[in-house]
Amino acid sequence: MANLERYKYDVIVIGAGGAGLRAAVEAREAGLRVAIICKSLFGKAHTVMAEGGAAASMGNVNSGDNWMVHFRDTMRGGKFLNHYRMAELHAKESPDRVWELETWGALFDRTKEGKISQRNFGGHEYPRLAHVGDRTGLELIRTMQQKIVALQQKDGRDHGDMESHIKVFAELTITEIIKENEKVAGVYGYWRESGAEVLFEAPAVIIATGGVGKTFKITSNSWEGTGDGHALALKAGANLVDMEFLQFHPTGMVWPPSVRGILVTESVRGEGGILTNNLGERFMFKYIPDVFKDKYADNETEADGWYIDQDNNRRPPELLPRDEVARAINSEVKAGRGSEHGGVFLDVSKRISAEIIKKRLPSMWHQFYELAGVDITKEAMEVGPTCHYIMGGVEVEPDTAAAVGVPGLFAAGEVAGGMHGSNRLGGNSLSDLLVFGRRAGMGASEYVKKSSANPVSESSIRAAAERIEAPFSRSGGENSYSLHAELQEVTHNLVGIIRTGEELKNAIEKIAGIRERSASVSVSGGRKFNPGFHLAFDLDNMLLVAESTAKSAIKREESRGGHTRDDFPGMNSKWRQVNHISSFDGSKVNVREQALPAIPKELFDLFDVHELEKYLTAEEVAKGGSK
Amino acid sequence: MSRKLKLRIWRGDADNGGLQDVVVDANEGEVVLDVIHRVQATQMGDLAVRWNCKAGKCGSCSMEINGKPRLACMTQVAAYGDDETITVTPLRAFPVIKDLVTDVSFNYKKAMEIPAYEHPKELKPGEARMEQIDVERSQEFRKCIECFLCQDTCHVIRDHEENKKSFAGPRFFIRIAELDMHPLDQLRNRKRTAQEEHGLGMCNITKCCTEVCPEHIRITDNAIIPMKERVVDTKYDPIRWLGSKIRKREGME
Repeated sequence: MANLERYKYDVIVIGAGGAGLRAAVEAREAGLRVAIICKSLFGKAHTVMAEGGAAASMGNVNSGDNWMVHFRDTMRGGKFLNHYRMAELHAKESPDRVWELETWGALFDRTKEGKISQRNFGGHEYPRLAHVGDRTGLELIRTMQQKIVALQQKDGRDHGDMESHIKVFAELTITEIIKENEKVAGVYGYWRESGAEVLFEAPAVIIATGGVGKTFKITSNSWEGTGDGHALALKAGANLVDMEFLQFHPTGMVWPPSVRGILVTESVRGEGGILTNNLGERFMFKYIPDVFKDKYADNETEADGWYIDQDNNRRPPELLPRDEVARAINSEVKAGRGSEHGGVFLDVSKRISAEIIKKRLPSMWHQFYELAGVDITKEAMEVGPTCHYIMGGVEVEPDTAAAVGVPGLFAAGEVAGGMHGSNRLGGNSLSDLLVFGRRAGMGASEYVKKSSANPVSESSIRAAAERIEAPFSRSGGENSYSLHAELQEVTHNLVGIIRTGEELKNAIEKIAGIRERSASVSVSGGRKFNPGFHLAFDLDNMLLVAESTAKSAIKREESRGGHTRDDFPGMNSKWRQVNHISSFDGSKVNVREQALPAIPKELFDLFDVHELEKYLTAEEVAKGGSK
Repeated sequence: MSRKLKLRIWRGDADNGGLQDVVVDANEGEVVLDVIHRVQATQMGDLAVRWNCKAGKCGSCSMEINGKPRLACMTQVAAYGDDETITVTPLRAFPVIKDLVTDVSFNYKKAMEIPAYEHPKELKPGEARMEQIDVERSQEFRKCIECFLCQDTCHVIRDHEENKKSFAGPRFFIRIAELDMHPLDQLRNRKRTAQEEHGLGMCNITKCCTEVCPEHIRITDNAIIPMKERVVDTKYDPIRWLGSKIRKREGME
């Protein structure tokens, strides 16, 4: 193609959320030329929606905190299905990553001594989340966006062109990762504005595309969360790990219908919000699982006492890990004890003053006041579970974030799997994207320095171009909006918060049916900024993700974290030793079992053996961790 | 409770376009972005509109609703009368790409012209100590979601393309103010460059930007006016002027 727009870079970063930007900074600082590609405008990525904070054991509020406590909390939260090495790196490195942001201009809330303040969150033993009111994600994005501008200004001074070494390509969709000679050679896509196609040649590609929430009907995710990176990686020959684990955040808005699913930050509970049902009962006391009984208060007096004296009281059960709280709310609603609109009540007005609510939870106040007509300083919010985060994702090497099986491909942030096991703790995603965004940038830089030229062939370009043209060359096919709505119904009803083998079987058939019909989707209008055309590609990605999730979920015959089987209600330590690996054979997703890497002795010994007995098999406990 | 809503949408591109009338269902509690999406899914598959979070946090769905710069995701349909037609048009201060989508690259170019934050060299990561009260002044401006509604409404550039070259606009005045008030930023003379290079002097404080800000940032009172006052102090007070020359910094630090 003679007039094709072409670029050459050292590293391509797909996605301009926290992980992508952190990776780009690292690669540029390693001396490389970097392109950042994003579907939206620069600075709009879903990271801006993160409210609560970034978990890092700085110990600013409680000096008892350190990386080992954070590591233990993360493993417990993930029900020990986490890749131990990722959880270890994350716990060790997140304080440095948060402090580093401060050197780039971030302004976190402060303690009385002037240090970075840290707040309580579900599953974290100590106050651990560095935050800025309830808009921490926005602060992270803006800080890194401005750090990239700072790097560009330096390039302007050194090279005479601010965009000579790092350039943002906004509103551009990538449809394909191109490999030549079994290695990454570049990416292909189109400008959303014009529909014109673009080729980027580069030896290394970092996927940082975030999540898959739009596969579901009720979600806290924006339109961008369509699993693009998951699907691109699968098609490029990479694996996805444990795609059955989806986090349903316990508190999304439920009313009015147009805002259903929008996130209500966990900080509301961290600041003292309590959950009640329509009988006025504080129901979470009924739902403390055995594995957490010694850490959570079983009565109101002790739970309330914890907010004042954390050393002599156990935590309130509202601050259990998210999977526990989401299931509890689901059970209350199913038992007929829900609110008028199918949620439960979350009330912070009785514990803290209106002034403090507006100071600590300003965007929650604003969101409820403007969108639901509810004043949270005076009345309770109605909340219910919403699809929020996927723990599963691209299988990576922990230290380098390199995708297993595809030389030159890297993944970081929500799109990568392993770090959070079967359930992510709140606050661990912002620290995850900083820690592994940086590691992906380092990993890609090391790789690029050792790589040699690997040009993209004309036949690969032709194949990628044909795929983009396809929906326009068809006519009379179905509309992508209605197929998307149909997929969301299937996932919501059959692959949602509570699953059964029968329903999953049904879901797999239905998803395959929609996928078959999606092959004939046709698009009206031209190529110029045409959302129907854009959705046709997003739909394809979402279908692959949904297939991977349903096929992994039907295999896992137990309930753990973000995967609950009504027909297999308990946690089973045999299944803890198993990762589900999804791969793509060109027509369908295949799922196989793979052994979870064993925890080495020095990490094993950080736990009380009686706690490990709750999760591990007797043989594993007897063995005492790998040497 | 659903009702029929009369919606008038500007459709077209840089070359031509006009208003088109549609009737669409609107349900209780819905915002303007919801009904635009319904039009997109059922009547105009290729209707172009930007949006992301649908919760007033990303600043993507900026447009003009009955002539007022607003976020479509934060504008309740119920705020308009039952018989009222709601007219949605693209931001007027920026070139149209298609339908409700405009080319806002002006703002990203201006962002690159504002000198970056400079951290104290001797201060290692983790060593910074700041009082909450001192960070709060800059934090107000860091709430900005970059919806660019303030830029759109600012009459210095709204109908004056010729001013864009020398005028950064309210969004970037609060960026400069934020850095100027940052307890640790080492770069001096931010106020003076705001005046001399970014067009602060062209603002005649009509407060239109503050009025449209969905984050309720007091752009004029807390950023623009304090900077203007200090620029005046520094420039016209001979002792401060002399002091600034000797100490190579602005007088009012």
